[in-house]
Amino acid sequence: MEKEGINSPGYEIPEEIEGVVSITSIDRIYNWGRRSSVWPLMFGLACCAIEMIATAAGRYDFSRFGMEVMRPSPRQADLMLVSGTVTKKMAPTIVRLYNQMPEPKYVVAMGACASGGGPFKEGYNVVSGVDKLIPVDVYIPGCPPTPQALINGLIKLQEKIDGQSIKTVRWYQKGDTAAIPVPMLGPDLIYQSSIPAIKEAAQEEA
Amino acid sequence: MTESDFATRLNDRFPEGVTADEREGYQGYIIAADKLIEFATALRDEFEFDYLSSVTGVDYPDEGKLEAVYHAYKTIGGAELVFKVQTDRENPEIPSLIDIYPGADFQEREAWDLLGIKFTGHPDLRRILLWEGFEGHPLRKDWQEAYYEADKKPFKSRWPKAEYTRAEAKNPYGANVKYPDKFDPEKWVPEGEDALYGSLAKYETTDKDGLKTDHLTVNLGPQHPSTHGVFRIAATLDGEKIMNLNPVMGYLHRNHEKIGERNTYLQNMPFTDRLDYLSSLSNNFGYAIAVEKLIGIEVPERAEYIRVIMAELTRVQNHLFAIGMFLNDIGAFFTPSLYAIEERELVLDVFEMVTGSRMMCNYLRFGGLARDLPDGSLQKIRDLVFDRLPRKTDEMDRFLSENEILRSRTVGQGYLSTEDAIKYSAAGPVLRASGVPYDIRRADPYSIYDRFKFDVAVRYNGDIYDRYYIRLDEIRESIKILQQAVEQIPEGEIQTGKPRYQMKVPKGESYGRVEGPKGELGFYLVSDGTGNPYRYHVRAPSFINLTAFGPMCKGLKVADVVAVLGSIDIVLGETDR
Ligand code: SF4
Repeated sequence: MEKEGINSPGYEIPEEIEGVVSITSIDRIYNWGRRSSVWPLMFGLACCAIEMIATAAGRYDFSRFGMEVMRPSPRQADLMLVSGTVTKKMAPTIVRLYNQMPEPKYVVAMGACASGGGPFKEGYNVVSGVDKLIPVDVYIPGCPPTPQALINGLIKLQEKIDGQSIKTVRWYQKGDTAAIPVPMLGPDLIYQSSIPAIKEAAQEEA
Repeated sequence: MTESDFATRLNDRFPEGVTADEREGYQGYIIAADKLIEFATALRDEFEFDYLSSVTGVDYPDEGKLEAVYHAYKTIGGAELVFKVQTDRENPEIPSLIDIYPGADFQEREAWDLLGIKFTGHPDLRRILLWEGFEGHPLRKDWQEAYYEADKKPFKSRWPKAEYTRAEAKNPYGANVKYPDKFDPEKWVPEGEDALYGSLAKYETTDKDGLKTDHLTVNLGPQHPSTHGVFRIAATLDGEKIMNLNPVMGYLHRNHEKIGERNTYLQNMPFTDRLDYLSSLSNNFGYAIAVEKLIGIEVPERAEYIRVIMAELTRVQNHLFAIGMFLNDIGAFFTPSLYAIEERELVLDVFEMVTGSRMMCNYLRFGGLARDLPDGSLQKIRDLVFDRLPRKTDEMDRFLSENEILRSRTVGQGYLSTEDAIKYSAAGPVLRASGVPYDIRRADPYSIYDRFKFDVAVRYNGDIYDRYYIRLDEIRESIKILQQAVEQIPEGEIQTGKPRYQMKVPKGESYGRVEGPKGELGFYLVSDGTGNPYRYHVRAPSFINLTAFGPMCKGLKVADVVAVLGSIDIVLGETDR
């Protein structure tokens, strides 16, 4: 075990046992375990996915960060790397996938499209960023972000994980975490939360 | 046969109902709707235009008309024949050509979806890119999206003064949505997917003991590791056998054409990068050719050479990636693709050095290029094409092609006959692996391809194996072209005249096409004489190649579907646009 990876400073360890003993906090070791094995969902949306593949491949190799195990099933994934344009037709599926991922789960919005709609923002079938649907932990700018930028974003995510405490993380709180309501495909995309507003607008017209 | 001969022959054959299109800058013929079937049949059977490459539509609200535009070719080579059918905008009906050219299937559905042209006689006229229940036909000129600001770019608000409010702030729902008047979301019943499942003919089999079996419907995707993105397949099965299969797309429909008609001509260049995002330089090439045809501008020698070099490098890296991913699909999980990506990275280094970006190159300009080759890049390309790439291609061939598992999964599977390949308007490697030696670089040469010695790669078995192997062939041919091009490239200008950012384009239409790595990539442009295209349509090979996907899969096992799909090599950015 790396000393600085897991040891909490402030505790004196006698010299004789320095090599075999580490003193640490639960948070530290819990986060160290999680941050070193973030499994992404194998899920590519658009052009950014190609850079994601390039990052997974030999030259950039994000398995150095414990992230190489891409899981095609959301049930086994910790991280949703939203790599590309989120369209309205795809929106219900993305929310459903997110809901199917077990806690702890994280979302990284990779690229301009996933962060805010990108070059296609004005399009009639484009959702202006995946954060309109699900909560996002890290945004990575770029169109597409280079592999270096992606890795930088993933390191940011690891830093975020490092900062969490087992006492306060949402998945150990009492009660169930509510699933995110799945938007519907109507004449246009219908967010469940905007149904009252749509009704109101219809009544005003009438 | 010369052009005028052809016109006379056509006139003799169709004294009525076929007239030359005499609008300024337009070409081809206008066919009366009731003559269309007869005309198309004669075209295919008597005039040898056996390949219908593109079907699309244009909306002319001022004249109250919708127009369907068809581009047909001979597979023996030569230029295109354009014909059009006009119909009333209020009740647009045009007979479907699906019986004569089955390749029109998806394209007619697309024109119905986006423009609302009803193709009578089409057996399955559903929306294809959007979903059933969507309000309106977005490519109609009077259809406006939720974030609509103005008809043309640059928007007044951004230029010369940048007074930009976020689009969300202007929308009552704070999002990119709008609803029809008096829409009540609680009473609204989703259309569901009955139409989709209905289109998959249901079977019931009875075995010899009189036991009846229903058939099972399964879905694959849109999130599935082997669909190369957000692609969905709906199929009915009998046991493990595919009885019927329908691709479902549109999960990456990013409204290229609507946005493209608002952009200026040059603004579209970076958008073309994002069509087939693996081969942005080929996309640039096709679009540049289409616009250059419209404005009638020449390209300097050196620029032509650089274009060809870049386009062929693109083909090499695209095919490498395609082979890698195809091997992934049939179970050689990631090892071959790691080898392939290793080589691809070297090509991407060249792209980054020359254009400034690894993937989204945005490098071509009308009449030239954005910038010249930087110092040292030519040497880098030379090293690649004379040494590394040929060696590595042979190595891949040696490692993979004789592999027993690969062969037993692919030889004789997913058969597409020569006739069917033409019939379904398949293009590129899919067409050539079925024994049609049709390559636009040879059949209808553009740029300077007529100067290079290379063979048109062709294979004759039409199975998955041939579609895999032909990509290796094509890499080798591309390397041949590259070797000649880097030897011959002259010094000189890279741009005709001054670079132009905003220009008026003469009235008319044009169709520019290139042999992209995935097949014929065409851009159909209509100009109304302003700085923005009036109509901007992309003939996307990935999309049209999928027409043959269903028929190819019939009777195969489920696991083979994935191999067939991998062998077509689609990119969703282009399929859905
Ligand atoms: S951010 Fe750019 S590269 Fe990424 S998906 Fe969007 S358009 Fe493609």
